[in-house]
Amino acid sequence: MTFKLRIWRQQRADIRGAFQTYEVADITPDMSFLEMMDVLNEDLLSRKEAPVAFDHDCREGICGSCGFLINGVAHGGQRATTVCQLAMRFFRDGDTLTLEPWRARAFPVIRDLVVNRSAFDRIIQAGGFISAPTGSAPDANSTLVPREAADTAFDAAACIGCGACVAACPNAAAMLFTSAKITHLNSLPQGQPQRDQRTLGMVVAMKNELFGSCTNHGECEAVCPKQIPLEFIGKMNRDLMEALWHRHREPLVIPGVAQLPSAEHHHEAHDNV
Amino acid sequence: MLDARIPSGPIEQKWDRCRYEMKLVNPANRSKHSIIVVGAGLAGAAAAATLGRQGYQVHCFSYHDTPRRAHSIAAQGGINAAKNYRNDGDSTSRLFKDTVKGGDFRSREANVYRLAQVSVNIIDQCVAQGVPFAREYGGLLDNRSFGGVQVERTFYARGQTGQQLLLGAYQALEEQIAAGAVTVHIRTELVDIVIVNGRARGIVTRDLVTGEIECHAADCVVLATGGYSNVFYLSTNAKASNCTAIWRAHRRGALFANPCFTQIHPTCIPLSSEHQSKLTLMSESLRNDGRVWVPRKKDDTRAPNDIPESDRDYYLENRYPSFGNLVPRDVASRNAKEVCDEGRGVGPHGQGVYLDFADAIRRLSLETVREKYGNLFDIYERITGDDAYKAPMRIYPAPHYTMGGLWVDYHLMTTLPGLFAGGEANFSDHGANRLGASALMQGLADGYFILPSTVPDYIAANPLDPVSLSHPAFADAKAEVRQRIGALLAIKGKRTPDSFHRELGRLMWDECGMARSEGGLQEALARIPGLRDEFWHNLSLVGENDELNQSLEKANRIADYLELAELMCTDALLRGESCGGHFRVESQTPDGEAKRDDANYCYTAAWEWKGAGNAPSLYQESLTFEHVPLSQRSYK
Repeated sequence: MTFKLRIWRQQRADIRGAFQTYEVADITPDMSFLEMMDVLNEDLLSRKEAPVAFDHDCREGICGSCGFLINGVAHGGQRATTVCQLAMRFFRDGDTLTLEPWRARAFPVIRDLVVNRSAFDRIIQAGGFISAPTGSAPDANSTLVPREAADTAFDAAACIGCGACVAACPNAAAMLFTSAKITHLNSLPQGQPQRDQRTLGMVVAMKNELFGSCTNHGECEAVCPKQIPLEFIGKMNRDLMEALWHRHREPLVIPGVAQLPSAEHHHEAHDNV
Repeated sequence: MLDARIPSGPIEQKWDRCRYEMKLVNPANRSKHSIIVVGAGLAGAAAAATLGRQGYQVHCFSYHDTPRRAHSIAAQGGINAAKNYRNDGDSTSRLFKDTVKGGDFRSREANVYRLAQVSVNIIDQCVAQGVPFAREYGGLLDNRSFGGVQVERTFYARGQTGQQLLLGAYQALEEQIAAGAVTVHIRTELVDIVIVNGRARGIVTRDLVTGEIECHAADCVVLATGGYSNVFYLSTNAKASNCTAIWRAHRRGALFANPCFTQIHPTCIPLSSEHQSKLTLMSESLRNDGRVWVPRKKDDTRAPNDIPESDRDYYLENRYPSFGNLVPRDVASRNAKEVCDEGRGVGPHGQGVYLDFADAIRRLSLETVREKYGNLFDIYERITGDDAYKAPMRIYPAPHYTMGGLWVDYHLMTTLPGLFAGGEANFSDHGANRLGASALMQGLADGYFILPSTVPDYIAANPLDPVSLSHPAFADAKAEVRQRIGALLAIKGKRTPDSFHRELGRLMWDECGMARSEGGLQEALARIPGLRDEFWHNLSLVGENDELNQSLEKANRIADYLELAELMCTDALLRGESCGGHFRVESQTPDGEAKRDDANYCYTAAWEWKGAGNAPSLYQESLTFEHVPLSQRSYK
C-alpha cells in the first residue's frame, strides 16, 4: 500500500508550524499506524531529515501516550482503538492522510504531533484519589462493594488519559476525562468520605486549566478508545450539584486550587465583618 | 564482598526482626532528608508516594509525559496474594514455596518469604485506594487461578490489572505532589548516577524537551526503572523501556545479578511482518480455558477447524497431565519452540501454535467466554484481523520480563551504598523464572512496604553530610554525559539507531533466547563487540541535543544495550546448567526437560564492571534452601 501523508511539522512551541507532505510506499495492511510512521521516520533519517516526533510507548492501547488527529478524527476513526492499535488495513491504498496534534489551548504543542497534557495531572491532583496512606488499610474484604458499583467504577477507571476526548470536543472540554475519574472514585464505598471535595476540586481545576465546557455533542464518546460513556458527564454534574448543596453553609477550601466564585464572595463577606 | 544482610532467626520472623532492628528517623526530621526515586511505575510511584507521605522530600523522575504511563500499566492478568479467601489451601508458606519452586531454586528464600508475607497487605492497600478489582455478587473480592499454580490466589481487574494498580499508585503519588511532599520531573531521563565519597548521592538527567543536562543531589537514590527485555528489540515491553538507569549504575560500581535470567512469555501474538515494532502479549489467563495444540503431522496446511481431533497434538496436556495447559511460562514457551522447530508450527512463518477456545465455548457458553476474555479477543482481532471465537488464536513466545537485574541485599540496596533498586530493576525475588501475577506483587511489595522501611533505615543509620551540586563529582558526571551525547551526535554515519537495535535483537533472540548453546553464545560474544564498534562509527542521527530528539534518546539507550548484551551472553555461557528461563541445550534430562545442576550452579552470579572491553569479574552469592528442599521441578 502507498499513502500520501500531510503532517503538521513544528519544531518547537514558539516556532510557527506548517503542514508538509510525504509519501510512504511498501506499507502492508498488517502494519499498525505507528509502524507506518516508523517506516516514514527511518526514511527521513536516512535522508538526513528530522523524523516526525510523536508520543507512543506501549503500542498496546493501554498507556495512553499516543494519539493525534488523522483526517480530523482523534485516533483515526476505528471504534475503540488508539493509533498504535490501528492497522493500516483500515485505510484504502493511495489514501491521503492528514496528521495533526491534539488541538486545544490546554494542550500546547511541544513538537510536531507531541503535546503537553500535564493539565490532566493537575486535575487529578485536585482530588482524583482516595487518601489511604500506606499501612492504614483495613482487610480488603471488610469493604463490600456491590457488583454493579464495582462494574461502573471499572468502566470509568478504564480511561487511559490520552486526551482524545479534548481533541474531539468543539469546546476542547475535559469533561469526559474528569467525569470518568470522578465516577470511578465516587461509585465506590471507599470514595465516599472525599466525594464532595473531590468533585468540587476537580471541576474547579478543570476550569482553571482553560478547558471548555460540555455542550452535549458527544464527539468525545465517539473517539474514546476505551468507550467511556457520555452519561458519566451527567453523573458528574449531579455529583457537583449534590456537593454544592452539601457545602452551601461553608466556604470550600481546596488546597492548591483557586476557589469557586461563591467561596470568594463568602470570604469577602467575612472580611467585611 | 557480597553480604546479603539477611536477618537471623526463623524465616517467619526475619522481616519483623529486620524492621525492629532498623534505625528510625524522627517525624520532625524527615523533611530535612531528600530521596530521589527514578521511575514512576508500580515500584517507583508506590515508593515515592509512601516516602512522601512519611514526610521525606521526594523527587520522582519519569521519562514519560505523566507518571501514569509506566509500562506496569500493560500487565493484564492479575496480582497474587496469600489471602486464602477461597479456603482452598493457600497460605503464606504455600505462596512462598510456589515462588521458590517456580523460580527453579535460584532465588533467595528470605526475600521470597517476605514477599509472600506482605502480599496480603498489598491487596488491602490497593482496595483502600479504590482499585476496582473483580467482585462476586455478594460484594467480596473474586479470585482466579493463574499461571501454573493450583490455588485461586490471583486478584484481578478484568484484563487490565496492571493499569488499575498503577492508577492507584499514580493517584497516591499525585496526592503527594499536590501536598508538596513529592516533586515530579516529567520527560526527564536519568543518564548517570553520581557517587560522592563512595555513596550514591545524586543523578544526572537529560530534559527530553530542552535537552538540558541537569544534576540532582539527595541523601540516597532509588532506581525503579524496570527490566531490559528490549535488548531483544522485539518484546512485549513498551518501546521506551530501557536498561540505561541500571546499566549506568552498573558502570558506576553496582553489581549486576543473573543477567541471563530472562522470561519468554508463551502467549503472545506471533510476528507478522519485518516492520513489526513490538510483540503483543495475550494474558496467560487465556490458558485457564484455552487448549494449546499443533497438528500431529509436519507442514499440515489445513485450516485449524478442518483438522480432526485425531490429527491434533494437545502437547501440553499430553506431556504434563497434572498441570496441562497451566504449566509455568518457561515450560510452555520451550515446548512451543520445540514443536515449531519440529516443523509443526502454524501460521504464515510456521512460528505459532494454536490456542483453542472451541471446547470452552461449548462447555461455558459463548457469553461466558466473552465476559471473561472479551477484551483480549478484541485486541487479537484488531491486530490480526481474525475472529478467535470462530477459529483458534495463534500464539508464540516473546521476551517479556527479566528476572535478572541489579544485585540487592535484603534491604534492596545495591552494592553501591545509598543506591536502592526496586521492582523489575532488581534481581531479588523470582530466581530463574517468574510466576504469573507475581511481578505486580513484587513491584508493589518493594514500593509500598520494603523500600519505605529500608530507605529511612539507611538515612538514619549513616552519617550523610550535606552534598552540594558544586561538588566536583557532579561536574565530572555531567561532563561525561555531555561528552557521550556529543560523541553520538558527531558520528554522522549511515545507519539508523533502529537498524542497530534490530540487528542486536535478532542476534540475542537467536543465541541468547529460548535455547542457548555454548557455540551460539560464543558466536554472539564474538559478534557483539563488532556491532558495538560499528554503532560508534556508523550511527546516523539528525538534529541536536537541545531539542526534543527521539532518535538521540533511542541511540543513547541502544548504546547501553550493546554493552548489556555482552554481559548477558557471558553470564549465560558461564551458567552451564538449565534452570527456569535459562535453557542450555547441553543440560537436559533424557525427556528433554531443563536439568539443573545444583552441585555447580546453586548461586546468584553477580558481575562487576571492569571497563569497556575488559572481562567483568564474577562474585557468587551461594543459595541455601532450608525450607523448600531442592528438587527437580516436575509438572507431569
